[in-house]
Amino acid sequence: MASDDPNDGAPTGKGPGPAHHGDDTELSTLLPPRRRWWTALGPDERRWLTIAFVWCLILFTGMYVWMGIGDQQTPIESYRIEPDDFAAEVEAFVDEHQIGEREGAAVVAPPPGSDVFLQANQFAFRPVLQLERDETYRLLVSSTDVQHGLSLQPVNLNFQVLPGYLYVIEITPDRTGEFPIICNEYCGLGHHVMTGLIVVDGEEA
Amino acid sequence: MTTLTAPPSRVCNVTGFVIDRNGQRLALANVVAGVVLLAFGGSLAILIALQRQGLPISDDWWYRLVASHGATMLLFWLLLFEVGALYWGSTMLLNARMRLPRLAWANFAMMVVGILMAQWAMLTGRATVMFTAYPPLTAHWAYYLGVLLFAVGVLVACILFFTNVLTARRERTYEGSLPLVVYGLVAAAVIALYSLLTGAVAYGLLFLQSVGVIENVDPATYRLFFWGIGHGAQQVNLAAMVAVWYALVGFTLGGRPVNEGLSRFAFLLLIAFIHLGAVHHLLVDPGLGTSHRIMNTSYLLYLAVLASLIHAFSIPAAMEVAQRERGYTQRLFTWLKKAPWREPGFSSLVLSIVYFGFIAGVTGVLMGTMQLNMLIHNTLFVVGHFHATVVSGTTLAFMGISYYLLPLLSQRRLVGVRMARWQPYVFAGGLVILTAAMLVAGQLGVPRRVADLEYSGSPIGVTLFETGPTPAIMLIVSIGALMAVAGGIMYVAVMVLTLLKGEHTDRPDAGLGFAFGTPERERRAAAQEEAAVATAQATLTAEAPTEDRRPRRWAKFEAPGTYVLVLGFLAWFVVMYLVAHLNLARAWPVG
Repeated sequence: MASDDPNDGAPTGKGPGPAHHGDDTELSTLLPPRRRWWTALGPDERRWLTIAFVWCLILFTGMYVWMGIGDQQTPIESYRIEPDDFAAEVEAFVDEHQIGEREGAAVVAPPPGSDVFLQANQFAFRPVLQLERDETYRLLVSSTDVQHGLSLQPVNLNFQVLPGYLYVIEITPDRTGEFPIICNEYCGLGHHVMTGLIVVDGEEA
Repeated sequence: MTTLTAPPSRVCNVTGFVIDRNGQRLALANVVAGVVLLAFGGSLAILIALQRQGLPISDDWWYRLVASHGATMLLFWLLLFEVGALYWGSTMLLNARMRLPRLAWANFAMMVVGILMAQWAMLTGRATVMFTAYPPLTAHWAYYLGVLLFAVGVLVACILFFTNVLTARRERTYEGSLPLVVYGLVAAAVIALYSLLTGAVAYGLLFLQSVGVIENVDPATYRLFFWGIGHGAQQVNLAAMVAVWYALVGFTLGGRPVNEGLSRFAFLLLIAFIHLGAVHHLLVDPGLGTSHRIMNTSYLLYLAVLASLIHAFSIPAAMEVAQRERGYTQRLFTWLKKAPWREPGFSSLVLSIVYFGFIAGVTGVLMGTMQLNMLIHNTLFVVGHFHATVVSGTTLAFMGISYYLLPLLSQRRLVGVRMARWQPYVFAGGLVILTAAMLVAGQLGVPRRVADLEYSGSPIGVTLFETGPTPAIMLIVSIGALMAVAGGIMYVAVMVLTLLKGEHTDRPDAGLGFAFGTPERERRAAAQEEAAVATAQATLTAEAPTEDRRPRRWAKFEAPGTYVLVLGFLAWFVVMYLVAHLNLARAWPVG
C-alpha cells in the first residue's frame, strides 16, 4: 500500500491511496468508494431526478404535440431513384413548363399544386422555380452527383440531398419575393458558388 | 496488500498513489502529442478566422484548412488526450501497473503515423472532403488509411485500458469498487469501442472504394455508419469530460460524490442510450421514417439527457458540500463566492460545466428535436453547438486537469503561474463570443463550410449575407476565435514551459491550490480550527447559536445553492425550447 512505503512523505502515515475509509472526509471522486456505495437518494436528488425526468417526458411528447399543432413538419416521403433517371425527369419537367431564362438558367412555372422537380448538382440548383403564393407544391429533390444541402433562405429551411434518393418536400410559400437556395453541405471546391432561386408571385398580404 | 510485480514504480509524494513509470511515460507522451496537435489546430483556426475578414487565402486552401482543423481538433487532439487519461486512470489512480507497455508504444507510433498520413493528404489537397468525407466525394486512399490507423490505435488503447483495470482488480491494487473517475473513464472506453467499430465500417468502406476493391458506397448507409463515430466520438468526449469534471472536483476542492450510486447510474444511462442520439444528424435526410427518427433522437436519447441532468446536479452539489464542510455555510452562495477562483483547475471546471450546460446541452437538444432540426441542419448553428461542446466543454476541462496531470507526471513545477490563472477566463471568454455569434448567424441562415459568403462566383447571386447584420456577426465570430486562440496559446505556453523549463522535483504540488492528498489534510485541519474559532466567537456574540449555521428554510437540502442553480438552468432550457418553436412557426408551411 502506498502509505506503508517509507519513502512516502505523508506525515499522517495515511496516504490517500486506497485507504480504509474511517469517515466521510476520506472519500473522494478519485478514490475507491465505501464498500457499500448504493445508498438511498437524498431529498435534493430525489426532487431533481423527478423534475428532470418529467422534463425529458415533456421533450419526448413535444415532437408529437408539434405534429398536431404545427404547420412545419419534417418531410418523410422518399424514394430510390437512379441519378440518370432523375436527370431525365428534370429535363422533361423543364421542357414542359419553361417560361424563360435567367442568368443562363431555365425559369420554370409549374401549375399550382403540382409535382416540382429540383435538381442539385455540382455546382447549381436547377431550374429556377416560379411559384404562386399560398399554393402547395411537392418539391421532388435529388442529386445527380454528390451530396448537397438544400437551404432555402431567408426562410431558413434546410434539407439533405442525396444522390440515388428522391426526397419529397411539400412547401407552401406564404409570402412573395425572391428566395435564394444555397448549398450548405460541402460538395467540392465550387461549393461556395452553388445557388438556386425560388420566385414567389402573387398579391402581397 | 500485494506487492507490485512491475519493478519500476514510485510513490507520488503529492497524492500518495503508486505510479508505474511505464504508465506515467505513456500517459505523458499521449497527452503531450495531443497538446502539439491542439497547437497546430489552433494555428489553423487563426487562418480560417482571418480569411473571413479579408486575409487573402484561396478557396481551395481555405477548404483544406477547414478539413484539417476539424480532423485535428475533433479526432486527434481530443482522442490522444483521452488515451493519456485512460492510461492515467487505469494505472495511477488504481496504484496499478501498465500492461504490455511495448504494445502501447507501438500503438502510439501507429497513431502518429496515421495522423501524419491524414494530414499530408488533407494539406496537399488530396483529401478536401472534410471530416465527414461523405461519398460519392472521394479522397486519396492515404487519408482513409491514416484515419483508420488512428482509430484502430484508439481501439487498442481502450483494450489496454480494460486490461490494466482487470489486472489491477486481480492483483487487488485497490479495494472494493473502482473510483468514480475511473468508472467514468470505463464508460468513455465502452462508448469508444462501439463508436470506433462503426467508424471502421464507414471509413473502411471508403478506403476499399478508394483502392478500387468496391465500386459504390451507398450515401445514406454511409451516413448512418459515419455518424456512429462522427457523433460517437463526441459521446466519448462527453463521458471523458464528465469523468474529468469529477476528477477536478476531487483535485481542487477535495470533493466526493454526493450520491455515489446516482452518479454511477448516470454513467450507465450514457452508455446505454447516448449513442442513439447520433441519428439527429439524419433528421432531414431522405429514407428514414418518422418513428425511426423520433425513437432514436427522443424517446431513447432523452434517457441520456437525463444522465446529463443528473451530472449537472451532482457535480456542483459535490462542490457545494465540500465547501460547506470547509466552513462556508452562511448564505446560499457563499460557498461559490469563497471558491478558489484563481485556481485554473477550478475555474476551468466551473466555466466548462456552465458553458456545457447552458449552451452546448440546450442547443444539442434543440437540434435533436425532429422538426426544429429543419431550421438548424448544416447552418453555422451546428458549428456554434459543437464549439460549445467539445471546445468550451471538453477542451477546457482537459486544459484544467492538465495543470495537475502535467506537473505530476513530469515531476516538474508548473511554470507561468500568472498566465495559468488567467488562461481559462481568456479561453472561455473567447468561446462565449465565438459560439454566441455562430449560433445567431446560424439562425439567420448562414451556412457552414462555405468559403465565400458573398457568393461572388455564382451565376445567380446571393446578397443575403452581405447586407444586414451578418457581416457584423461574422466579425464577432472572428474576434471570438482569435481570443479563444489566445487562451489556447497561453495554455500551450504553460505546458511547454513546464516541460522544458520547470524545476525538477519529486513534490511538484500540482495546480496552484491543491486540495487532494497530503497538503489538503493540513489545510483542512487549519480550516476546521478557523471554523471552530468562528463558532466560538459567534457563541459569544449571538444569543442562541444553532449547531448548523444554515438557515432553517434550507435545512432539508444538502446543497441548497446547487438546487437553485439547476432550477435556473431548467428555466433557461424551457425558455429556449419555446423560443425555438416560435421561430419554427414563422417558417413556410412544410411537410
